[in-house]
Amino acid sequence: MAALITAEPARGSTSPGPGTPRRLGFSQTLSRWDVKVSPYLYISPFFVLFALTGLFPLGYTAVVSVYDWNLLGGQGEFVGLQNYADVLGQPTFWKSLVNTLSIFLLSAVPQVIVAITLAALLDRNIRSATFWRMGVLIPYVVAPIAVSLIFGRLFADQYGLINELLGGLGIDPIGWHTDRLASHVAIAAMVNYRWTGYNALIFLAAMQAVPRDLYEAATIDGAGPWRQFISVTVPQIRSTIIFVVITASIGGLQIFDEPRLFDTQGLGGADRQWMTTVLYMYDVAWGNQRDFGRAAAVAWMLFVLILVIGFLNFMLSQRIASSGPRAPRVRRSVTRGLLAEARAAAAGTPRGAAGRGPDTTATTTTDRRDA
Amino acid sequence: MSSVAATAQSAGKGAARAAARRLARSQHGAASAVRRPGWITYTILAVVLVISAFPLYYTLLLGSSDQVSISQQALPQLLPDVSIFTRFADVMSSSQINFWLALTNSVIIAVVVSVATVLTSTLAGFSFAKLRYPGRNALLVFVIATMAVPTQLGVIPMYILMSELSWIGKIQAVIVPALVSAFGVFWMTQYLESALPYELIEAARVDGASMIRTFWSIAMPAALPAASMLGLFIFVMQWTMFFWPSIVLGSANPTLPIAVQNLTAGYHDDYSLIMAGVFLVTLPLLIVFAFVGRQLVAGIMQGAVKG
Repeated sequence: MAALITAEPARGSTSPGPGTPRRLGFSQTLSRWDVKVSPYLYISPFFVLFALTGLFPLGYTAVVSVYDWNLLGGQGEFVGLQNYADVLGQPTFWKSLVNTLSIFLLSAVPQVIVAITLAALLDRNIRSATFWRMGVLIPYVVAPIAVSLIFGRLFADQYGLINELLGGLGIDPIGWHTDRLASHVAIAAMVNYRWTGYNALIFLAAMQAVPRDLYEAATIDGAGPWRQFISVTVPQIRSTIIFVVITASIGGLQIFDEPRLFDTQGLGGADRQWMTTVLYMYDVAWGNQRDFGRAAAVAWMLFVLILVIGFLNFMLSQRIASSGPRAPRVRRSVTRGLLAEARAAAAGTPRGAAGRGPDTTATTTTDRRDA
Repeated sequence: MSSVAATAQSAGKGAARAAARRLARSQHGAASAVRRPGWITYTILAVVLVISAFPLYYTLLLGSSDQVSISQQALPQLLPDVSIFTRFADVMSSSQINFWLALTNSVIIAVVVSVATVLTSTLAGFSFAKLRYPGRNALLVFVIATMAVPTQLGVIPMYILMSELSWIGKIQAVIVPALVSAFGVFWMTQYLESALPYELIEAARVDGASMIRTFWSIAMPAALPAASMLGLFIFVMQWTMFFWPSIVLGSANPTLPIAVQNLTAGYHDDYSLIMAGVFLVTLPLLIVFAFVGRQLVAGIMQGAVKG
């Protein structure tokens, strides 16, 4: 009896193929059902809840967007694409799109560059590494809403610390809240503040996965630190760069918290000069217009835009990463060979006799040039 | 040293010297193979650290200053003083923001969501990583694909749904949609694939354990390191979340970020009070960070390598 019970589920748990039907008691039947149904049961919470709170709302947004639908009155008449036409006819919508893209570019580009540089510094053999790593991660635990208020003060037009510092350098105060581009810079600074360290750690992890041999080999080939960084590090972490850029664009295009509290009105400034698209959507749905239909149209168009930009990012990142530096790349096979040889020589193993050493190297060097 | 000599010929003397140094060191073990960087590295890192920490320090400075000085000076003082505690007390007792209610809500939401998400994610991760059944791979691909979907854009139907359920202004409207995470499922699947040997599962099954018992007694303990990291991330995410709560909860039943917003609405010119509130809201996570920052760092770095 014991053998019967134990043999069945043990096999079933790894391969639920057609088991040999024997006379099954109730507990065995139960056990077989357990094995068959449990896997689906365990993933069902995710799928059920995700369908209800993730996919359904996103899909239903398209439905809402073709109805006359508002916050108080609820669903009204079917209006076709009228909401889209209305939204596209509002200059604020276009302004919000430009603002969003501008803020996104101002944050994503410097952020990736600084994060990679920071990661390269952290990747050096520094003392108390954990301390520095934790240090760059501090901003991550500050809520975006708090960052927004703090930076709103740092970038205050009058008596703001940044303007005071600029004044010290002899630069006229900048209207961070009045000038359109300046406000984008300030908001991008908030995003960068919170995420640069986080992304630096992601890059750091990728850098640590780069085989150390490559650096040793590059050193032997005479590559300095900068050259090693460009020719070894960056190509090796390209997939991580793509990952970070895509994540940043999905998040960056939905930016809301930072511009929301940059001033007390929270609607993107007097001329909507820093109103982002999600902020605009919020304003249409819950602010001035209280129009769910139009807001849904905004959401749906932004969704498509995010998909398109995500795709473009992907293509672009791949091109950049694969075209690589102009100079010939350090080839792994050659450098590994060189390295193994160098080690053997240093360790004094009789692999390369004194006379033969330079000879072998000469051939490998030629190989490298041919390759 | 023959190869170093060759390097000198092909790549110049400096490179040869560097190579020789490196080779000499590599014989002492891998750790010392790489040279310690010079002071420039530390200086740059220190500057970054200051930039990271300064906004928080500045918050404390403004918080311990007063309304008048802030409106006339960018840097009212160089050191925070004890008056910050008075301002904290002002924030806590302010009728505008309902601080204690906000704190309670934030704690409940963050704790419930992180515990539940860890459970649902580990359960699904166990199923995806260690059980074999038809459709498994396709479903896993689906989960991964959903990570790129900007679900935040579905807020309008979500709001309609919540109002149908009469959940507007109630914290379950924030909790329930957050109970699962595609990232969490993916993360736990990745971890359990390598961390949980099949032999252990089979041993449990041989001993007559049911599937759920196997999960609870075998998979869950094995998953604990990754599960606790996941829990931390979800906690931080929920604690700092603003968009959806601010829409569905409103100012009457706030979380801490919403309370901060209420503060700006109620005392829009008293920056001292607002900054004290900002600091007070950030403080709990800073304290958490002091204890588990190491795990957060490790978590980000692990996720990066695998994801």
